[in-house]
Amino acid sequence: MDALNELMGGFATALTPTNLFYVLLGVLLGTAIGVLPGIGPAMTVALLLPLTRGLEVETALIMFAGIYYGGMYGGSTTSILLNTPGESASVVTAIEGNKMARSGRAAQALATAAIGSFVAGTIATLLLALVAPTVADLAVEVSPADTFAIMVLAFIAVTSVLGSSRLRGLAALGLGLTIGLIGIDPTSGQQRLTFGIPELADGIDVVVVAVGLFAVGEALWTAAHLRRRPIDVIPVGNPRMSRQDFRRSWKPWLRGTAIGFPFGAVPAGGAEIPTFLSYVSEKRLSKHPEEFGEGAIEGVAGPEATNNASAAGGLVPLLTLGIPVTATAAVMLAAIQSYGIEPGPRLFETEPVLVWGLIASLFIGNTALLVLNLPLAPVWARLLRIPRSYLYAGILFFSSLGAYAANASPFDLLLLLAIGALGFMMRRYGLPILPAIIGVILGPFAEEELRQALQISNGQLSGLVTPLTVIVYVIVALVLLWPLVRRFLPRKAAVPVLADAVHEIEEAHHHHGLTDSVSVERHADDGDRTS
Amino acid sequence: MSSAAPGSTEEQGRSELGVALFLGALGVLVIVQALLLPESRIARGPVGPAAVPVVVGSLLVVVAGFLAVDVWRGGRGEPEGGEDIELTGRSDWRTIAMLAAAFIANALLIEPLGWPVSGAILFWGSAFALGSRHYVRDAAIAVVLSVGSWYLFVLGLGISLPVGILRGIL
Repeated sequence: MDALNELMGGFATALTPTNLFYVLLGVLLGTAIGVLPGIGPAMTVALLLPLTRGLEVETALIMFAGIYYGGMYGGSTTSILLNTPGESASVVTAIEGNKMARSGRAAQALATAAIGSFVAGTIATLLLALVAPTVADLAVEVSPADTFAIMVLAFIAVTSVLGSSRLRGLAALGLGLTIGLIGIDPTSGQQRLTFGIPELADGIDVVVVAVGLFAVGEALWTAAHLRRRPIDVIPVGNPRMSRQDFRRSWKPWLRGTAIGFPFGAVPAGGAEIPTFLSYVSEKRLSKHPEEFGEGAIEGVAGPEATNNASAAGGLVPLLTLGIPVTATAAVMLAAIQSYGIEPGPRLFETEPVLVWGLIASLFIGNTALLVLNLPLAPVWARLLRIPRSYLYAGILFFSSLGAYAANASPFDLLLLLAIGALGFMMRRYGLPILPAIIGVILGPFAEEELRQALQISNGQLSGLVTPLTVIVYVIVALVLLWPLVRRFLPRKAAVPVLADAVHEIEEAHHHHGLTDSVSVERHADDGDRTS
Repeated sequence: MSSAAPGSTEEQGRSELGVALFLGALGVLVIVQALLLPESRIARGPVGPAAVPVVVGSLLVVVAGFLAVDVWRGGRGEPEGGEDIELTGRSDWRTIAMLAAAFIANALLIEPLGWPVSGAILFWGSAFALGSRHYVRDAAIAVVLSVGSWYLFVLGLGISLPVGILRGIL
């Protein structure tokens, strides 16, 4: 087993005292920041990105593995204790998790989330270690034309997440792509959209964009609508589970892993669909279906495992193709880039120490999460009570610090505010943030691949057509034209589980008022479904 | 799912048309700027520096058109909810303005006064804007945060932050 040998080598990298210290620090910081209300995992990673700037590449990425898992678990804690999902992937956790917490079973909900995340994360990281080198080998054969097509698919997939307006997703994507265009065109040396401002010549730093859209945008938006009354936080003791809880949880953990990993690994979609699928299938398979909606432990165990497994699965396209599918992965990609490393099929050949060290530290981070977070849960719960004025002032403070530290330029701070204002507008009018982030980060790569493909074919557009790209573009067209396509499908064609999942997603969106939109297109949809 | 967001039905009105206008204007700007790019002498590749901006600009213009139609026909983007958010009232522009002022003050003062001072102003100002009225406690927290983060970055991480007027003291 070649991959296992490499993985052992990775552990040798990750287990040095320094690296071990940083992965633990990453988990602690990631959880502490991720647990704060209003801060999702992607924002956590973006805010903590500057902290890794002074470190060696390997150490920095290893710390990131810790932050990544810590931030995700922190987000789940918030959903369970406050019924307020930080990002769409933990919407499902909130459904049953918060009910459990309200009926005095917060400790069990947190425990099944933590242990489920651990189980799923471990299995999924193992799968990642086994699958990724093979995918990378295959991906080396992939031509620039193919890569470009897959990137187009990734763009379209993130704009068409279930339960939100496609049109507004495309608008967000366009904004992101535009920001990505700013700066000197690397191929021709021409300045694009810089308007003669020298600070814009190198483009806008991805940290500034990510922190601006996520953190500053969120702080401004929340400040404009701040709830002026105390929030009620459910007190929590040490997480623990009874034998009965274990018996009801272990199958959902494993099923969640099986659902989450493949969904995460496909460059289309993210964690939202698989977590809902997991929820719905647990509801169908449960021996206690009547408890669903009242706080069923399976409804926390399954989706949480799914969420973690799909996060690990998402590293497959990230590391082998350089394509992120979630906001968190997009920020990770930016982090990796900032060290001059280009994720892609050759990464496993050119940077084996780095990649395997990163994968090994995912295991360590995952274990650290379990060891640290079970006993620390009461502390995290107390963090939820931080006064809101300090919380959002702190977010602005650390955003400015991070953006300034990136390039030591006051101009970046003004830019940060401008992008924060853009983030405010997007939240105000229901434009999703994820497509914009993916557009900013992936846009320049897609352009490069396109131009390479056309250079290889000497300008013939036919160079963009290969068997693989045809398949990918057909999928893109189907996704784009789904409302039309669906009319021609027989009514029963949709798998019932999928239909249920769609229904649940829309219910939950409606309930939480997460970014989603009402558009004319959707009115027609609604009519279809209810009839 | 078919109703607009709570509290924003009438009030929001057609202000979303402004978003469509913004997207359209941005798209036109991107296209015009791309077409004005001088002929490149270095890269004679089939796709020059202008091709992708033109496509992106066109995407923005087309999306702006569809969005305008959608809004016209009654479609609405739903404002984002959240744990600390109450969507029943209008946006609180006074708070936003004060936050922006604190933010800009930091951007202007960070080099002359240094991060330990400007960061403290940012935190204190933001906390004030957000309704905290414990002036002394806020100031104490602000100073601890800004000085602490300065030491963390400069000594702990080796990233330099401006020290400004406190040179020689810190």
